[in-house]
Amino acid sequence: MMGMKSDIKLIDDNGLRIDGRLPNQLRPIKMEVGVVKRANGSAYIEWGGNKIMAAVYGPREAYPKHVQESDRAIIRARYNMAAFSVDERKRPGPDRRSVELSKVISEALTSVVFVEKFPRTAIDVYIEVLQADAGTRVAGITAASLALAHAGIPMRDLVVGCAAGKVDGVVVLDLNKEEDNFGEADVPMAILPRTGEIALLQMDGDLTYDELTNAMEMAMDAAREIYKMEIETLKSAYRGDDNDN
Amino acid sequence: MTTKFSEGVVAESKRDYIKKLALQGTRIDGRGFDEVRPIKIKTGFIKRADGSALVELGDTKVLVGVKIEPGEPFPDTPNMGIMTTNVELVPLASPTFEPGPPSEEAIELARVVDRGIRESHAIDLEKLVIEEGEKVWVVFIDMHVLDYHGNLFDACGIAALTALNDAIVPAERFEVGEDFKLPMNHYPVPVTFAKIGEWIVADPNLDEESIAKARLTVTTSEEGKINAMQKGLFGTFTYEEVKKVINRSLSIGQKVREQILGGADGEEN
Amino acid sequence: MEEEKKIRKIVVPGEEIDMEGKPGRGVFTENGKLYSSYLGIVESRSGYVNVIPLSGCYIPKKGDKVIGKIVDLAPMNWVVDINAPYYAPLHVNDVPWRVEFGDTGRFLSIGDVILAKVSNVNEMGQVWITLKEQGLRKLEGGHIIQISPSKVPRVIGKSGSMIQMLKDYTNCRIYVGQNGVIWISGSPEGMIKVIKAIRMIEKEAHTFGLTDRIKEFLERGDE
Repeated sequence: MMGMKSDIKLIDDNGLRIDGRLPNQLRPIKMEVGVVKRANGSAYIEWGGNKIMAAVYGPREAYPKHVQESDRAIIRARYNMAAFSVDERKRPGPDRRSVELSKVISEALTSVVFVEKFPRTAIDVYIEVLQADAGTRVAGITAASLALAHAGIPMRDLVVGCAAGKVDGVVVLDLNKEEDNFGEADVPMAILPRTGEIALLQMDGDLTYDELTNAMEMAMDAAREIYKMEIETLKSAYRGDDNDN
Repeated sequence: MTTKFSEGVVAESKRDYIKKLALQGTRIDGRGFDEVRPIKIKTGFIKRADGSALVELGDTKVLVGVKIEPGEPFPDTPNMGIMTTNVELVPLASPTFEPGPPSEEAIELARVVDRGIRESHAIDLEKLVIEEGEKVWVVFIDMHVLDYHGNLFDACGIAALTALNDAIVPAERFEVGEDFKLPMNHYPVPVTFAKIGEWIVADPNLDEESIAKARLTVTTSEEGKINAMQKGLFGTFTYEEVKKVINRSLSIGQKVREQILGGADGEEN
Repeated sequence: MEEEKKIRKIVVPGEEIDMEGKPGRGVFTENGKLYSSYLGIVESRSGYVNVIPLSGCYIPKKGDKVIGKIVDLAPMNWVVDINAPYYAPLHVNDVPWRVEFGDTGRFLSIGDVILAKVSNVNEMGQVWITLKEQGLRKLEGGHIIQISPSKVPRVIGKSGSMIQMLKDYTNCRIYVGQNGVIWISGSPEGMIKVIKAIRMIEKEAHTFGLTDRIKEFLERGDE
């Protein structure tokens, strides 16, 4: 949360948000796999105004050698924003924010991958934010999960990213850019849809206990919806050929 | 890149031992699950800093120095001062720390502490304007880890808060009025938990951290608000666990706050 | 050659598999229930439920024939890329030539392609390969393409029927490594035809009636 003050009214008299959504409504989401032919697996997601691509390389022997783990694969997610992805040009390369996000995304993805099957290897997950519209980390981790499945990486579940927060005193799902800039809190999460476990959880802003649990429950409900889209996206990539007898 | 918190290979026996103790409701250093290690605070430790605190959380030791200097405001906040945070994991503090540019561990640590202070509006940045749109006070919070025995998140957060509370804005030195105490609105305290097997303990020590599957830091204010959270490591939490952790952090945070602000008057606690 | 007609069920990682059977490859259990580890297709075979991945890297198995590329030389071994998570060393004792210490480069140099056999794999993922067996050798000339290792069985076909058909119609020599690397040598037109046919098989690997469609394509001569 930027903590900026604004005259913009983020929730109107009918309880609708500036993009016309209800408090518990997601932005439109589109997913696709197989967008980077060179990679072992890849995915593209459009989520509101976010346009994000993810690609997976590996498992492959991890270099430099000292990063290898003798009993498991390491997952190296790299979250990167294109210079043109935001209004004011972003200086290329990793800043502190993207280093932190890369770390928490790597950790969250490691929780689902059967990493013990590939000792000494690295599974590289590249997440490129091409256009940013708030919620890039949760959209990015959703795309990364699709790319991992598409790369044939063994996993105990998919991962669904989703955020909720508070704007104008109202707990809302899936903040857009204006809401993120002028809102009061943001709670990005990644959820394992099968078990309901929480693999990524961050929060910033100002919330009471009740507001916070409301927000988390809203995000977890929406995760079920996004999970269905993930399944449909992965299956339909192969199903076309399948009904052909 | 290579600076890591964990020591790498942990003896299986240690893992078993810690879990066995947990079954009996206790911990390797005899603490209860919600018991924080003893906190010692020395404020005003660095005379050249505008505010400072040497904090010991058990054997973990962190020194925070606050420097305050005039600078230009950000264009979108012309009537607010600026705060920045930085963590140095110097090789002196642990055999697993290496020299070089900030590791991702150091960056995450600094950003989690930053978030707690920034989001709670702990510092009253609106009172740090020298000349609107032209000149404001910039508060640099530099955290130097001196001995790493687990849970740097809380040690750094406590040290940063007490150093800020100790800080004087050096207006006279820059000839822009009289010195004044850095204005504080709120007192955010982070409490970090580690999940070990099915147990979740507060303020993990080094042994506990080395076998923890998941970590969760919750920063709360004296008003009972939640201002920042950060989950870490490869494991997961259930929603029920998260709710309990938030509640525990509210009560533990309150106790820690009473303890550190009571003792932050320049003398050892 | 046609298998029974049924819709093959596609599952995603973590999806519950509602079938009776013991957990086989690509399947894990939790609380007595079966779940898929992969994006793949469910099959039931001799009491086991398996999930065959639709994509993914090659996981070496002892006895597999693989096609590899020399990527490095050492005094006593070559380092071979076999399209797996790990490179495989080929030791001088595992080749049919007598190689003096430090003289490896005289027999195989970087970039050379070999048809080898996986002689051992350990639980650390380390792999050893050998050239000491009838038919294993350096592959001269030709062209190499890669497919997903999970699709190799379809390219080979039942008892080698598919690959034999490709050879018969094009007069090409073809070796298919279990690691998804395929070596083709023959006339330019023949090779182009083989590659097109293999890409077709790859794209439609999990469908029925594939053999007939490939046969039709080979007979038609062009698309």
